Amino acid sequence: MRHLILLAALAFWPVSAHADVIISDGWARASILASRPAAAYLTLQSDEEDQLIGVATPIAGHVTIHGVETDADSVSRMSAIDALNLPSGEPVTLAPGGIHLMLMALTEKLEEGTILPLTLTFASGAKIEISVPVLGPGASGPREE
Amino acid sequence: MSNSHQETPQSWKRHIQTFLWGAAFLAVAGYGVMTALNMYLGGGAREVRYSGEADIRSEFSLTDHTGQDVTQADYSDRWQMVFFGFTNCPDVCPTTLAYMASVMDLLGDDADEVAPIFITVDPARDTVPILEEYVSAFHPRLIGLTGTESEVAEAASNFRTWYERTEDDSAPDGYLMAHAGHIYLMRPDGAFEAVYQDGGQPPDALAQEIIGKL
Repeated sequence: MRHLILLAALAFWPVSAHADVIISDGWARASILASRPAAAYLTLQSDEEDQLIGVATPIAGHVTIHGVETDADSVSRMSAIDALNLPSGEPVTLAPGGIHLMLMALTEKLEEGTILPLTLTFASGAKIEISVPVLGPGASGPREE
Repeated sequence: MSNSHQETPQSWKRHIQTFLWGAAFLAVAGYGVMTALNMYLGGGAREVRYSGEADIRSEFSLTDHTGQDVTQADYSDRWQMVFFGFTNCPDVCPTTLAYMASVMDLLGDDADEVAPIFITVDPARDTVPILEEYVSAFHPRLIGLTGTESEVAEAASNFRTWYERTEDDSAPDGYLMAHAGHIYLMRPDGAFEAVYQDGGQPPDALAQEIIGKL
């Protein structure tokens, strides 16, 4: 896990000179077919109120933040989230069965064992680049060590 | 003598009165109990839907990922582990299918007695060749089933499961499918045995439970 934790010091961004966003537990699931969407997950914690408003990666045409709502009959509905709220100091976790990054229009399928680069854009203007490991199709989370 | 003669109709009248009051009380109390029950059951009606276990049955006429027309009878030599989903589903479906694949591996020799089945709720996009490539990525034994819209609707209806197309501009082709995430364990004769969810228990626990039922 230690190598997944990136402390992004945004000192270069004048609009949020003091904001830190800690990103941990990032991973993506190997995709089955290049023509099918893939999913990536991570945990974000900002020390100032912010919003995640965009995610990009070179291998996907577009990435959306998707929420999953599961009702009493265990019916799951996904819906796009334009801006993911990051309350100050509170971790926001994207995980299987919940909020996830949906990667669409892949130029290649995500192969297990590779690294997926992601660029995260925040409402504060900050941009953070991270790399997350691509785990097997059966993974439920990054292996804790 | 006259007393006793007068008392008889009076006590008879009293008994009638007591009986009528009793009946009235029972009627009111009964109504109250029924109303309370209705309110209680009405509030929990969504959960009650799954108590009709005998109604859930594996009955379908679909096409498998190799292009063969199949019905539930083709799997009548095995128990069935059935999940409804779609291949454009990035999160719940791969998670659940990978979970079913783990269960199959953990069944060991008993895996011969279980048919893992993935039925698409999105037959327009999930054609035979797509399913073939998709299911083989999860487990060599995983069976993918598709069909016409009405065949899939009938299969889902027999399993008492539910799905719905939801428009979403950001999704591939502009839509997603909402669906239930249940894994149905069905007996070889197609009768309902149990229902699970991938987050409900670790795969080895489900494998042990299935082995106990075989």
